[in-house]
Formats: sequence, C-alpha cells, structure tokens
Amino acid sequence: MSVGAWEAFFLVILREMRLSFRRPEQLLQPLVFFLIVTTLFPLGLNLQLSLLRDMAPGVLWVAALLSSLLSLDSLFKSDADDGTLEQLTLSGQSLTVIVVAKTVGHWLVTGVALVVVSPIVGTALGIPTSAFATMMLSLALGTLTLSWLGAIGAGLTIGLRRGNVLLSLIVLPLAMPLLIFGAGATDRAMSGTSVAGAMYFLAALCVFTCTLAPFAATAALRITVE
Amino acid sequence: MWTWFYKLASPPYVYGVAKLLMPWFLGAAAITIGYGLIAGLFFAPPDYQQGDAFRIIYVHVPSAWMSEFVYTTMAVAGGIALIWRIKVGFAVAAACAPIGASFTLLALVTGSMWGKPMWGTYWAWDPRLTSELILLFLYVGVMSLRSAFEDPARGDRAAALLAIVGAVNIPIIHYSVVWWNSLHQGATVAKLGKPSIAGSMLWPLLSMFVGFMLFYGAVLCLRLQGEVLNRERQSAWVREAIKS
Repeated sequence: MSVGAWEAFFLVILREMRLSFRRPEQLLQPLVFFLIVTTLFPLGLNLQLSLLRDMAPGVLWVAALLSSLLSLDSLFKSDADDGTLEQLTLSGQSLTVIVVAKTVGHWLVTGVALVVVSPIVGTALGIPTSAFATMMLSLALGTLTLSWLGAIGAGLTIGLRRGNVLLSLIVLPLAMPLLIFGAGATDRAMSGTSVAGAMYFLAALCVFTCTLAPFAATAALRITVE
Repeated sequence: MWTWFYKLASPPYVYGVAKLLMPWFLGAAAITIGYGLIAGLFFAPPDYQQGDAFRIIYVHVPSAWMSEFVYTTMAVAGGIALIWRIKVGFAVAAACAPIGASFTLLALVTGSMWGKPMWGTYWAWDPRLTSELILLFLYVGVMSLRSAFEDPARGDRAAALLAIVGAVNIPIIHYSVVWWNSLHQGATVAKLGKPSIAGSMLWPLLSMFVGFMLFYGAVLCLRLQGEVLNRERQSAWVREAIKS
C-alpha cells in the first residue's frame, strides 16, 4: 500500500495531535509554566502596575520562549525512545515531509495554545486590550519560527542524556531576533505607534525558517538517528 | 592540478603540512605582532579625544574581526566535511572552535576595558558588544554539542551542522540587534572615528591584523596536529610519527 506525500503529511499531523490530546497534562504543563514564570517577575521585582507595563512585552516574550522550549524537548523524544522515529525514517516517505508534519502538528497544539492563553497573561501584566491583536499575531509568528529552530535543536540533541539543557543552549542564541522583534512589536502596539516594521520582520523570519529549517532538521535527524 | 587539494583529505599529509607550517606561521606572527604592539603602544600618537585609551584597539579590533573569521572557517570546514565526507574537515572545525571562542572572549574583555574609561561602564548594551556576546554563546553551543555525544563521529557531524545553521543566522542576529538598539536608545554611543585615522596609527593596526591571522594559523596548525593524531590513533602511521 503506497501513501502519497500529502496523505503522509496529514496522517502524521493527525497522529501528533491525537497523541497530545490523549495526554493533556503534557499540553497543560508548558502553559502553566508560562503563567508561573510571568507571575515570578512581578513578585521578584515588586513593581507598580505602571512600571510593570513598561516591562510587560519583554517579560511576556521571555516567558513564551522558555515555555515553548520546554515543550520542544518532547518533539522527537518519545518517538525516538519507542522506535517510531526509526520506522518513520524507513517508511519510504521523504523524511523532510515527516519532519514538517511533526513540527507543524506540534505547533498547532503548543503554539496555538500559548497564543490563546496569552491575553490572560497580558491582562495580568497590564498590557492594554488594544495591543492584544498585535501581541497574539506576533506570538503566533514567533512560536512557529521557534518551533522550526527547536526542531533543528531537538533533532541534534536526540538521545543525549542532558539533552534539554543543551537544547536551550543551542536554540536560545538563535532565537534572539524573535525576542527583539516580538517584544518590539508588542511594545509599539502598546504605545500606539506603527508596528508594521517589526511585524514584517517577524513574518520574514517565519518564512525564512519555514523554507530552510525543514532541511536542516532533516539533516540533523539523519545524523542522530541511525 | 588538483592533486594538492585532494591530498588535503588525507590525515597523514595534513599532519605533515601542519607540522611543517606551524613554526613559519609562529615566527611571522611574532614579527608582525611585535611590530604592531611596539609601534602601536609606544610610537603612535595618543588620540586627541580618547587619549591613550584608544590603544586597546590594537588588540580589540583584530580579535573581534578574528572571532567572526574563525567562525566562518569553522562553518566552511564543517560544511566541506559534511558534504564531501572528508574527515579532516571535522578535525579543522573541532580545532577552530576553542580558538574562535578565545578570540571572542578577548574581544569582549578588551571591549569592556575600553568601555570603562570611555563610556563610564564596563558593559553597555551596544549592538556590537551584544552580537559579540551572542557569538560567544554560539561557540559554546557548538563546543558543548560536540562533546555531548559518546560517538565522536556523530558529535562532529552534529556540531558541523549547528555551525552552519549559526553561520546563516549571524547576519540576522547582528542586524536585529542593531535595529533593536536604534529602537530603544538611539545613537548615544560615540563610535570610533573610522575614516580619518592617521598613518602612524593605521600601520600598526594593519600589522596586528596580519599578525592575528598568522597567529591563528599557527595555533590552528598546532591544534590540528593534536586533533588528527587523536582521531587516527588506531592507525599505523600515527605510531610511526610518534616514534620518530
């Protein structure tokens, strides 16, 4: 029985989503982590709400990056542990298609959930509702880009014992442009100035990683899974 | 015509070349760095704005330039090794990483030493300093990834891939940091007057550039010998090379 590339793509996405909804705690833990980290900042800094508002975009984005990284660790891990990943590489389908499907499926669950939760965190940090649209769109673009960078990192660190620390060490420097433009866009939306420049840059980064990162992630998997 | 190039894929040949070139590089580096330091520290006139503090550029600017140059060499060597499956390329990439990280650290330390009298602080979130710091993180990531694998061949390939991904990202990181800085605080930081630099200041600097390149060549040859010997320790020629 032969399966076309598109069919394989949707099958892998479906499988990915089904698996995460069957283990909802895996989906919820990064979100709770996101909430906890954003709570830590006001407690640690003991700020007035007005001062907090100045720092809100940065705090929100740092927390979002960390929480996405936390869930990215599991992108290939369980499949590599139980041998599914080897079967997928041997399936005769292009490994790139499978990598794209897994990453998109992962983002559809974790990234979208983070975007949906972000207004709660935004309200707590004093971000005005008028900036929510920009904040959510920039987070959507940013988490998708981070998923691609993380797919490369997760592919490289499969099977390593201290893999998750190394994953952060590898991915966070590469993710700094996201933080700069994501927090920049949110910041500008709060002050009511034009967000177009930063948003275009985020979108460009997203397109850039969407086109090139799948090949890098495939190469990474070919190195680590054999 | 290409035989010299093909020969570079052979570990014993590369070991021999590195051993042969090392003293020449080292000698030439000693001469150029020696001239650059003496002329730069004693004979060049003090800067009319910065006084004697400007003299740190004789170490700072070449090492900042080397930090990016070495990263590029590392990524290119890793790419050659991955694409054409040339094992010596991995040895070159592995030898480059600590050298590049040291140059980056040197650039950061000298930069903050210069920053104290000039800006009044050791650290400013200046775009160049910030992207230099991120470059250091990239080096650390590549080195830790290589050493994290139990199978060294796999670690080599993973580190080479990461170096290439990082090389693609370096311009993006650099320009976004520049953009972020202009977004936040504007050009408050006075930059070094680049176009008008007197000849008596410029020649020592150029000599330091050449000297740093030669020094890099010397250290690379030295480290490469070690890398090749370690990687080929099971083969017969290494036993002979060590005996003789």
